[in-house]
Amino acid sequence: MRAQINLGMKRYGKWLIILPPMLYLLVFFLIPFAFALKISLADTAVRVPPFTDIFTVSPDWHAHVALNFGNFKYLFTDEVYGLSYFYSIKTAFFSTLICLALGYPMAYAIARTAKSTQSILLLIIILPFWTSFLLRVYALEGIIRETGLLNSTLLWLGIIHEPLQIMRTTFAVYLGIIYSYLPFMVLPLFATLEKLDHSLLEAAADLGSPPWRAFIDVTLPLSMPGIIAGSMLVFIPAIGEFVIPTLLGGPDNLMIGRVLWDEFFGNRDWPVASAVAIAFLVLLVGPIALYQHNSSKQLEA
Amino acid sequence: MSDRVPPLLISILCIGIAILYLPILVLIAYSFNASSLVSVWGGFSTSWYSELMHNDQILDAAWLSLEIGVVVSTVAVILGTLAAIALVRFKVFRGRLLLTGMVNAPLVMPEIITGITQLLLFVSMLHLFGWPHRGFTTIVIAHVAFCTAYVTITVQSRLQTADRSLEEAAMDLGSGPVRAFLDTTLPGIAPALASSWLLSFTLSLDDLVISSFVSGPGASTLPMVIFSKVKLGVSPDVNALASLIICLVAACVLLAGYLMRRSERQRVRDAQLAQH
Repeated sequence: MRAQINLGMKRYGKWLIILPPMLYLLVFFLIPFAFALKISLADTAVRVPPFTDIFTVSPDWHAHVALNFGNFKYLFTDEVYGLSYFYSIKTAFFSTLICLALGYPMAYAIARTAKSTQSILLLIIILPFWTSFLLRVYALEGIIRETGLLNSTLLWLGIIHEPLQIMRTTFAVYLGIIYSYLPFMVLPLFATLEKLDHSLLEAAADLGSPPWRAFIDVTLPLSMPGIIAGSMLVFIPAIGEFVIPTLLGGPDNLMIGRVLWDEFFGNRDWPVASAVAIAFLVLLVGPIALYQHNSSKQLEA
Repeated sequence: MSDRVPPLLISILCIGIAILYLPILVLIAYSFNASSLVSVWGGFSTSWYSELMHNDQILDAAWLSLEIGVVVSTVAVILGTLAAIALVRFKVFRGRLLLTGMVNAPLVMPEIITGITQLLLFVSMLHLFGWPHRGFTTIVIAHVAFCTAYVTITVQSRLQTADRSLEEAAMDLGSGPVRAFLDTTLPGIAPALASSWLLSFTLSLDDLVISSFVSGPGASTLPMVIFSKVKLGVSPDVNALASLIICLVAACVLLAGYLMRRSERQRVRDAQLAQH
């Protein structure tokens, strides 16, 4: 009897565990993308919700499907969108490189300290990782604005005689992204560097490799999964960043996140905004697939 | 690998940490500035904090955010733990790849995309079924989706290292699989559940972009109120509020880290005991 119950439990019981999270994420995370695709093919309308139905059934039972590809064509004709895609990718790319250049030595240094110091240093990196972006960007503004700490210190030291204009510049956006996303780079890098087999480096040294050579031949290739994971964790969200360009960037700073926000809340053109979002998502498929592939390989190892 | 660390690396590490912390420390320092001019130090004062206590807009928003955070983290811990059990214990099932993808994708998906797509879903649902109205409900639903992903990842890694011998012993002694899991493995992973609850809470408390999209008129969370104030520039009462939130989040994260470490030590000790 018990064996039968257990068998039934095995067969159906597992779906009681799998289905709730599966259905939830399906309905509230995945299916929304289908709705975005649907609405990107609709027309704007003055009503609630502010777009037309693409599928209608008339009273005499004729079904009509009206797909409007004009929104996607519009993305190509109005150069604002092309420019903002390009600009976002450029900004995210260079921010990722700088984060990598700063984050790699940091992760390497942490991986080489004693275990007891390691956990304290990690905690120091993790803490800002969880702290609100909005508040941290706001805190950065306190440093770089015209009367902020940086300018007053430099003025006091006599290095400059007029305050530097950093706020509302592209430089401020880079600074904001690097400052906000640095922990996302350091943590995965540390995770791979920590596991690095030190005996390989000793072997390389025994065979007469100078340290820099051993680094390039051994450490760098072995830490590649960490480099990929860290870079994707910075690059992908940075492309879609909204808070940083809005608070720190100038009015001419057109990152895609900001364009999307304005399209939604300013112009209230939901079909075009959906088309922008879908095109953006298509752009992200490559990097996201790379990240997923990399992390599933890591999980198996 | 704890031998000599080159001084150059140490200095870069220190610079990096300074970059991460200096702005926050300056912000907290200036929240105690008596002067209402944000750039001039006018002596120590806690007046901006007491002013917060009389600001109804901020108090309402803070209360709303806390309520959302509690509901979201509770639901997300339940769903995320189920997903983690499914991924760790059931090696083969239809839709495994789909579930893995849906758990990992929210971690890298730009918030603005998630926010827009969820808004479009809610608007279409309201049009079709007359539910849900934008506000508390929709913010909770949207937050649960990305918090579930974080909980799953945390609990999954803990479950993978959990020792199953006790659970198997319980089943040998006649417990059903659910009973055996609840009696043996669940207490072992309880600290991981508590810490993922705290992390979900901080994620929900901090979220601006997704909340802004899915919220409706009248439901402004704390980050939304702060954002609208911050757009107008630096102000001393926002300094005080930001300092409070940063301290609350830091406390949650430290507590979560402490719980995780304690459970990890317990696991190592149990493993050692089992070997002797």
